[in-house]
Amino acid sequence: MIRVSGLSFGYSSATSLTFPDFGVGKGEHILLLGESGSGKTTLLHILGGLLRKYSGSVMVDGTELSTLTETALDHFRAQRIGFVFQRNHLINALNVEKNLLMAPYLAGLPQRPERVSEVLESLGLAEKRRSRVTELSQGQAQRVAIARAVLNKPAILFADEPTSALDDRNCDRVIHTLMDAAEQNQSTLVVATHDQRLKDKIQNRIVLPAIQTNTSI
Amino acid sequence: MNILKLVWNYLLARPLNTTINILLLSLGIAVITILLIVNNQLEQKIETNARGIDLVVGAKGSPMQLILCNIFHIDFPTGNISLKEADRIARHRLVKTAIPLALGDSYAGYRIVGTNDTYASLYEGELANGTWYTKPLEVTIGATVSEMSGLKIGDRFASNHGLTAGGHAHNEHQYVVTGIMKPTYTVLDNLILTSVESVWKMHDESDEEDHEEHEEDAHEVDHDHSHHDEDHTHENADSHEHSRLVPSADAADTTLELTALLIKYRSPMGAIQLPRQINTGSNLQAASPAFETARLFSILGVGVDILMAFAYILIVISGLSIFIALYNSLKERRYDLAILRSMGASRKRIVVSILLEGGLLTLLGSVAGLILAHGAVILMTAFIPQVEKAGVSGLVFYAGEWIILAASLLLGLACAIIPAIQAYRTDISRVLAGNA
Repeated sequence: MIRVSGLSFGYSSATSLTFPDFGVGKGEHILLLGESGSGKTTLLHILGGLLRKYSGSVMVDGTELSTLTETALDHFRAQRIGFVFQRNHLINALNVEKNLLMAPYLAGLPQRPERVSEVLESLGLAEKRRSRVTELSQGQAQRVAIARAVLNKPAILFADEPTSALDDRNCDRVIHTLMDAAEQNQSTLVVATHDQRLKDKIQNRIVLPAIQTNTSI
Repeated sequence: MNILKLVWNYLLARPLNTTINILLLSLGIAVITILLIVNNQLEQKIETNARGIDLVVGAKGSPMQLILCNIFHIDFPTGNISLKEADRIARHRLVKTAIPLALGDSYAGYRIVGTNDTYASLYEGELANGTWYTKPLEVTIGATVSEMSGLKIGDRFASNHGLTAGGHAHNEHQYVVTGIMKPTYTVLDNLILTSVESVWKMHDESDEEDHEEHEEDAHEVDHDHSHHDEDHTHENADSHEHSRLVPSADAADTTLELTALLIKYRSPMGAIQLPRQINTGSNLQAASPAFETARLFSILGVGVDILMAFAYILIVISGLSIFIALYNSLKERRYDLAILRSMGASRKRIVVSILLEGGLLTLLGSVAGLILAHGAVILMTAFIPQVEKAGVSGLVFYAGEWIILAASLLLGLACAIIPAIQAYRTDISRVLAGNA
């Protein structure tokens, strides 16, 4: 599903990140571990097609991302990838249902209300369908964000620090929700985190080395 | 979901902001549209009312008053002119037609005009009911007069002196309605037409009454006057030369008076020679409707310009306000936009959504403004009789309103363009990583 080789990315000529080669199989769940600043988010953004202009090879779901134009990449993201971010950013101007329906709209897929019901029910949010986003608790908002990410049954679900702001109990719930949601939708799950509590939840892991700083001076 | 719904929800999410922006713009647009409606209709009215009249000749005074009084019937006469002098002008070789007007009285605020048949034909006036006035004290009334005053054929009424209802009433003689005209959408609709003789009769008698009331001593003079009147009616059958303007009158009678003459030239030479001849060679005054109305518009134009400037300032402020609203909301929405991008929205789509937001705001504002403007004019016609009388209607739409709609849409797009460019340039990865 994902194959990375010889990947490096430079924000500028001075700071450049190099990533280890790795692969993730279809339907696998994997942790992307590393300290703050090790480039977890950068790697996740490259894999999810949010960052371009890397060097090396990144194959995602059979496509070499560097060969796609920006528009093609937007389309690819819309149809095959779901994101869950640390700040579960929902669009406040829209209610829960409309937030979810943005996903198929942007992907150019049919907007099916029954699919919305299905996903909301599986996440225990059925009665929140018409709620305003601002009326949700943090945990509910997080689950709505997960619902939105899986609505299009993406090939890959990327989660960036989904649990680091949560207490133990909520951390547990969110990671299980993510894993269940990924399972139900047959999505590959990649969780980037420095949260040690997740280590015993997901066995597969890629550990990014701490950033190499030039200490010769 | 779609982009329009998204944008609409964004507008609804900031109700106060959206309302104030729409309100500001709609006020500006409404002022411009009201000016457009009223100006266009007034100009059109003035043109149709002055149609076929090249020159107005009356007593010396303000030339504009002469025009306002004798063409639009919204001012008082400058004074009277003698029939003899008027006849002299009517016979001038450069005059094609001369219509006599004898003014002075009104009924329920509608002016009674003593004239001849040519006057109604000037406005293509036709009868809806009844017959044209023939005998003295018979009148034919305009469509609006009939509608507003409720006068019907056969009704009798006493006229008031002056133009306002409640002036001194001439109770001793009553006019009788013999006909009602079809609407012509000109000043004719607001007039009560009768013969010049009717007006003379009314005023001779009323003079007599006035004199009896206030100047008992002057009885003799008065007597003489009414006697003279009788004389001239008797003399009708004689071989005296008759007045060209009022055939029943003796051309040599120096006591008979008119208010004004409406003149049409026989040739363009008239325009060059006649006004100067009259203004310098007699104690009458000639005024050109075209010139005086142009002057009137240039005087009113100052007020219109100030209102216009005020409207444009409102529109500029609303444009700024929309720009600031979009710019600020974009700051708050950086994360929203990045999320939409992560979900696969292209840069183009984001740009379109922001332009759409600006465009939708100004479109709503301008539609509200147009509705407001037409509503205001409709209310004005309903509550201010002068506006209604001037024949201004709020239900007339102009091509200019499309231009207003299009221009305001452009304004919205212009206000949104900087925020849209900013959104286009946003680095989603940085925003999502919290580094920007």
